[in-house]
Amino acid sequence: MTTRIEKRFADLKSEGRAALVTFVMSGDPDHATSMAIIKALPKAGADVIELGMPFTDPMADGPSIQAAGVRALKAGQTLKKTLAMVRDFRKDDSATPIVLMGYYNPIYIYGVDRFLVDAKEGGVDGLIVVDLPPEEDEELCLPALKAGLNFIRLATPTTDDKRLPAVLNNTSGFVYYVSITGITGSAAPDATKVSAAVQRIKKHTKLPVAVGFGVKNAESARAIAAGADGVVVGSALIDALKKTLDDTGKGGPATVKAVADLVADIARGVRATGKVAPE
Amino acid sequence: MTVQQQPNSFRTGPDERGHFGIFGGRFVAETLMPLILDLEKAYNEAKADPSFKKEMDSYLAHYVGRPSPLYFAERLTKKFGGAKIYFKREDLNHTGAHKVNNVTGQIMLAQRMGKKRIIAETGAGMHGVATATLCAKFGLPCIVYMGAVDVERQQPNVLRMKMLGAEVRPVTSGSSTLKDAMNEALRDWVTNVSDTFYCIGTVAGPHPYPAMVRDFQCIIGDETRAQMQELEGRLPDSLIACIGGGSNAMGLFHPFLDDRSVEIYGVEAAGHGIPSGQHAASVTGGRPGVLHGNRTYLLMDDDGQITEAHSISAGLDYPGIGPEHAWLGEMGRVKFLSATDEEAVAAFQLCSQLEGIIPALEPAHALARVFDLAPKLPKDHLMVVNLSGRGDKDLASVQAWLEAHKK
Repeated sequence: MTTRIEKRFADLKSEGRAALVTFVMSGDPDHATSMAIIKALPKAGADVIELGMPFTDPMADGPSIQAAGVRALKAGQTLKKTLAMVRDFRKDDSATPIVLMGYYNPIYIYGVDRFLVDAKEGGVDGLIVVDLPPEEDEELCLPALKAGLNFIRLATPTTDDKRLPAVLNNTSGFVYYVSITGITGSAAPDATKVSAAVQRIKKHTKLPVAVGFGVKNAESARAIAAGADGVVVGSALIDALKKTLDDTGKGGPATVKAVADLVADIARGVRATGKVAPE
Repeated sequence: MTVQQQPNSFRTGPDERGHFGIFGGRFVAETLMPLILDLEKAYNEAKADPSFKKEMDSYLAHYVGRPSPLYFAERLTKKFGGAKIYFKREDLNHTGAHKVNNVTGQIMLAQRMGKKRIIAETGAGMHGVATATLCAKFGLPCIVYMGAVDVERQQPNVLRMKMLGAEVRPVTSGSSTLKDAMNEALRDWVTNVSDTFYCIGTVAGPHPYPAMVRDFQCIIGDETRAQMQELEGRLPDSLIACIGGGSNAMGLFHPFLDDRSVEIYGVEAAGHGIPSGQHAASVTGGRPGVLHGNRTYLLMDDDGQITEAHSISAGLDYPGIGPEHAWLGEMGRVKFLSATDEEAVAAFQLCSQLEGIIPALEPAHALARVFDLAPKLPKDHLMVVNLSGRGDKDLASVQAWLEAHKK
């Protein structure tokens, strides 16, 4: 069975360009604004949507995404509401893949079996769970694969050739290469090094490799897209969102526009490359 | 919680994947996974190397000042008229708490691994002080993450760390306490993977930390066994210790886990009382979940969001507990009790006035339960309480509490 994620990467490959993967936090800054942002993303040029599931203790995230999670939780976001947002999105869009990204505890407390049923039925295509390395595959990865969801794994500069096979085993959909050691929103990566790292990963897998961490604008997206199958942008979108909030933390139409405009700009950078990484 | 079928031994855990029953594990970001595997390998090698133990024993004797005394608290015993109360005097260690036992081991390991930079999280500041101390001794740069709230209420320890040459970084994310300091230390570690050693202060975090910290703290229980043998010619009848993450408790308990005649009590911080919801009692008032690299009992809401702990004692103000404690609790081997802020302050005062020992607020929670267990026990019952640290750091907090609660 081909998932939306697999289909999307295959289609873009035949178009000869990298995918733009956009990360936003569900429920940030509030339910309605967040829903409008998610709905605006595909039109702005997002090829895959990563939707953050807020968590109180996001230990791999930098200040921007931490703050986005805090805003979402404060506005009453829960995992149940995040799943409802995906269902709502699917009413108008049956093609754009959605990946839920977050930490394990809210899923564990929701109940793994119940979560997988609700996610699959609601139109979720894949999962990225930051604190579940291959050593803990029995927790969620294996049940998710069985349920027909992609389980996308992070590979990092510390994932050496010896460890890569363990990381790639049971990974599906795509590989998310974290281009620097560090938290989200850190300094921009070196495009040459990133391209070499992508090639290293590709020696071990046929899966597409998307690169994230440190992509901030059209220029950096273009540089990364030249050497990868996908570019992930997250903290930069959240920073753009935050700038539009008023003193009480409320967003509005300007919030949706700011995120969509930046996505459109970055999408131009990604599309300017016109080629994917060689096999 | 339900009491499970008893294993042949309580001392064989964790399994090779770091599990104590369903608890423990390695729930960390991929960036950290290779580091944790390296650490496990280096620790196993060090454990098997007699020269590592020999060097550590030498530091513990000549730098830390071990063995710490097992002291008969005669006036408290008389006052309660029951069990014979002994204090294991971890407060007399260099730096004033049990934390230094573990830090000595970890800093030696860091050097063995060639790590050049040490990071740590701290709540009450005792682990931070111990880490800053060993880093000064061995000439290593030291960065201590500490919740901004704790920086305020534990000023004396902040000053000590700075004097020792450490950099104290106040953490303002989340609830600005110990759990957030741990998040920030993990973020630092994710960023500085190649040269940095993360010195965790308690029996929690991803495998191998819970087992490694336990092993370094077991000297408390090992000494207690030998000292009690010398003083009374037999094993103690009961052990009691406060539990935040639980390293002082695990150090005392673990060597006795298979001596089934020894009753074991862990005392969590009940803050304003368990029903108030403002407490730090993760076993009594929480449920199993996943945070900071391990599955254990945690305080959280129905959405799996971690809730803020509350305790007058910064060292117990953590919404989780070490995974081995969670398992021992489920097995029924350790009985969990709790003590409120008010009870801890009363015990703090009574111990100071009757024994001339100002205990830290953390062990004052254990003392609070000793005071109602001891009177009901026979005079030949031998009870050991882990006096895990000294209370100088808490004088301002206790004074402020007493002012606010004048009757």
